Amino acid sequence: MTPILFWALKLALLLLAVAMLCALARLLIGPTAQDRVMGLDCLYINGMLMMLVLGIVYASNVYFEAAMLIALFGFVGSTAIAKFLLRGEVIE
Amino acid sequence: MNDFINGPLPLWAEILTALFAVLGAAFAAIGSFGLVRLPTFFSRIHAPTLGATLGVWCITLATIVYFSVQGFSLFLHAALIALFVALTAPVTTIFLMRAALFRERQKGGAVPPG
Repeated sequence: MTPILFWALKLALLLLAVAMLCALARLLIGPTAQDRVMGLDCLYINGMLMMLVLGIVYASNVYFEAAMLIALFGFVGSTAIAKFLLRGEVIE
Repeated sequence: MNDFINGPLPLWAEILTALFAVLGAAFAAIGSFGLVRLPTFFSRIHAPTLGATLGVWCITLATIVYFSVQGFSLFLHAALIALFVALTAPVTTIFLMRAALFRERQKGGAVPPG
């Protein structure tokens, strides 16, 4: 790995960490429940991107399955909470 | 000859990977920063979609370039993730938007009537 790619990946990881901290801040301070759900949604997308970048850093295919699972369960979780906020029940 | 490159890749592939990775991470950071900075919920919900579209696509492209060059064959598993996020992010956003409108109306807020 040349220094260009090495430092670019370090920078990308730093930017994604800052993004996750911003999403975490919204998750913690969000005035309403829907703000917190939106923060969680953003947090899992950023975490999934971090998994993909880590896959390049370690040149390993294993991180794709983790990213795929994060995307899958994050979608199910966010949709379930949003449905709960909308109707007061998840499955009617 | 191995069936994958063990060590540094050709320079153009590394530069392309670095460019797409930094670009995608920057998009995600800008979107998340907007999530903190914007004033109301209905303006905040626009910001993270930048990370969910351009951010995910750029980092997916970086992954595809890196692993395709490394393994001497087209590597499209990562496009599956981008496709999945492109399908699911709007669904979540619409559900959340409807929930927010419903709760705002119940509180008597200044939103359009249903």
